[in-house]
Amino acid sequence: MEAEELRETFGKMLVELARENPNILVLDGDLNTSTRTDIFLAEFPKRFVQCGIAEQNMFGIAAGLAAAGCIPFPTTFAVFATKRACDQISISIAYPKLNVKIPGCYPGLPTGKAGASHQSTDDLAIMRSMPNMRVLDPGDATELRQMMRAIVAYDGPVYFRVTRPSVPDIVPKDYHFEWAKSVNLRKGADVTLIGTGFMTYYCMEAAGLLAQDGIQARVDHHPCLKPIDKDGIIAAAKETGCVVTAENHGINGGLGSAVAEVLVEGHPVPMERIGIRDVFVECGEVPDLFVKYRVRPEDIAEAARNVIARR
Amino acid sequence: MRRPTDEQIAMLEEKAYQIRRLALEMITYGQVGHPGGSLSEAEILACLYFSELNVEPQNPKWEERDRFVMSKAHGCPGQYACLAMRGFFPMEEIYTYGAIDSRLQSHPDMRKTPGVEMSGGALGQGLSTAVGMAIGLRHFQKWNARVYCLIGDGETNEGQIWEAAMAAAQYKLDNLIAIVDYNKVQAKGFVYDLMGVEPFVDKWRAFGWEVEEVDGHDIRDLLEALYRARQIHVRGKPSMIIAHTVKGKGVSWMEFNYRWHTHAPLPDEADKALREICDRYGRPPEGYSKTGEDAVQKARSSSVIMDKPA
Repeated sequence: MEAEELRETFGKMLVELARENPNILVLDGDLNTSTRTDIFLAEFPKRFVQCGIAEQNMFGIAAGLAAAGCIPFPTTFAVFATKRACDQISISIAYPKLNVKIPGCYPGLPTGKAGASHQSTDDLAIMRSMPNMRVLDPGDATELRQMMRAIVAYDGPVYFRVTRPSVPDIVPKDYHFEWAKSVNLRKGADVTLIGTGFMTYYCMEAAGLLAQDGIQARVDHHPCLKPIDKDGIIAAAKETGCVVTAENHGINGGLGSAVAEVLVEGHPVPMERIGIRDVFVECGEVPDLFVKYRVRPEDIAEAARNVIARR
Repeated sequence: MRRPTDEQIAMLEEKAYQIRRLALEMITYGQVGHPGGSLSEAEILACLYFSELNVEPQNPKWEERDRFVMSKAHGCPGQYACLAMRGFFPMEEIYTYGAIDSRLQSHPDMRKTPGVEMSGGALGQGLSTAVGMAIGLRHFQKWNARVYCLIGDGETNEGQIWEAAMAAAQYKLDNLIAIVDYNKVQAKGFVYDLMGVEPFVDKWRAFGWEVEEVDGHDIRDLLEALYRARQIHVRGKPSMIIAHTVKGKGVSWMEFNYRWHTHAPLPDEADKALREICDRYGRPPEGYSKTGEDAVQKARSSSVIMDKPA
């Protein structure tokens, strides 16, 4: 059986949560069959607010709904949420700390062939810079489901990424999502590979490549970029003496920057960042994009060898 | 049709006078703020806070209340004057406006100020949040509550206003009443010079709103329009009241003068301005009061009304 697309997991989980909480509303910017909020629409048409192609207004409506006591999920692509409606999210939602849940759909490279206008490589940086905002990038379907439950339980604004395709499972069966907690997926004393989102799976693949050369990599998954697990990062750096980060995002302002900030202030060690290197990405087949922008397991493994040499 | 009584009109004219006085005093004392728009909105706010809005100052989060969103958020001195007069917070606190640790930010913060329903300051955003509140009140089946939203004329330069206008009509939000403080002047000049909004009535009508034009300094005109918007208008449409006003109303040298959009008067200028307002409204002359200093000391000594420094 083909694994479920993460966007479908998202749509189904919205329905599951909405059955439990009558005040969950979904707002759509005319993208529901792409973001899969159509699954919610089919079951809760009266709790579905179509906002048309007008993201600024959609996030303002979400703020007003939250002020009235609803739990709105204004849903659109990550690019439009975080850039078209950046000021609205900042002033109408984050500043008053309103209970709005913001899915960033279609983040990063695996979004089809849409190109720079649609492939979001700066959303984590933008959202991480906003006071009061929590920022998440789930690694697999199990984690996304748990995360969404925690997001609804939390009273405040949250930005979380929803990757379009299916992704391999990474978290253990007995996994329990916790805010500001990383998950150790592999032990190793030579280097720490830190991933967020599905890139943690690539870190595991990279660890496999490194093991063929006798290098033992520790792999930590950080689904929570803000608040980030500072203690976990520093403990890993102390144990291995060097760190590589990997993200489906630009290297400026996302996971790599967040980890660097913690290390520089807490326990400076040599570090390398894997991610989009300060360019607008082009369109193309998804595997070709990962090759072109050097964000494959092979690239993580190469960065690990380089950083070990600098240790 | 309910007719406002002469007593009611006299009471609201007194409130409008107090709004002008308090707004100018807090702007002068804090040396920050927007006198022009705070003076033009005085009668509109008086009618809302002392006649129209169903709110409970002792229970500001009462679920059945009407909501008011100050989308032209820089006009908040007028709003703060109303909230203080209605008893949402102590009167002496108005002199902390714009000061460090004050609950009265120079643009409103709903997490700090009792009675403020939405934070703001970036123009164009408030009407969308009012649309969201109106949809939210329906979700919770609060059929008697209304959402009021005051927007600026220059603010309608923002595209988001028209996105919100479309959404309000699409969702047939007859529980939403917006008012434009059409004072003809925006930050750096006349609206018609910078980015004209006419034909204003036709625009709102074409966007699917029930539209009325009133003299925004005529209490009777305003009350009747607000009454029709709440009780009479055809169901299924949001209401827009275009209130023709004078920027800087009441102070001859501030009227229609964009230089007083954002510019705090010095104490002697405020003294002159307040005496002119008294003269204009047939009141005994009363200049700029020196009560601010004492009031701030009193406010600072009360941990309730000033945030404690971190």
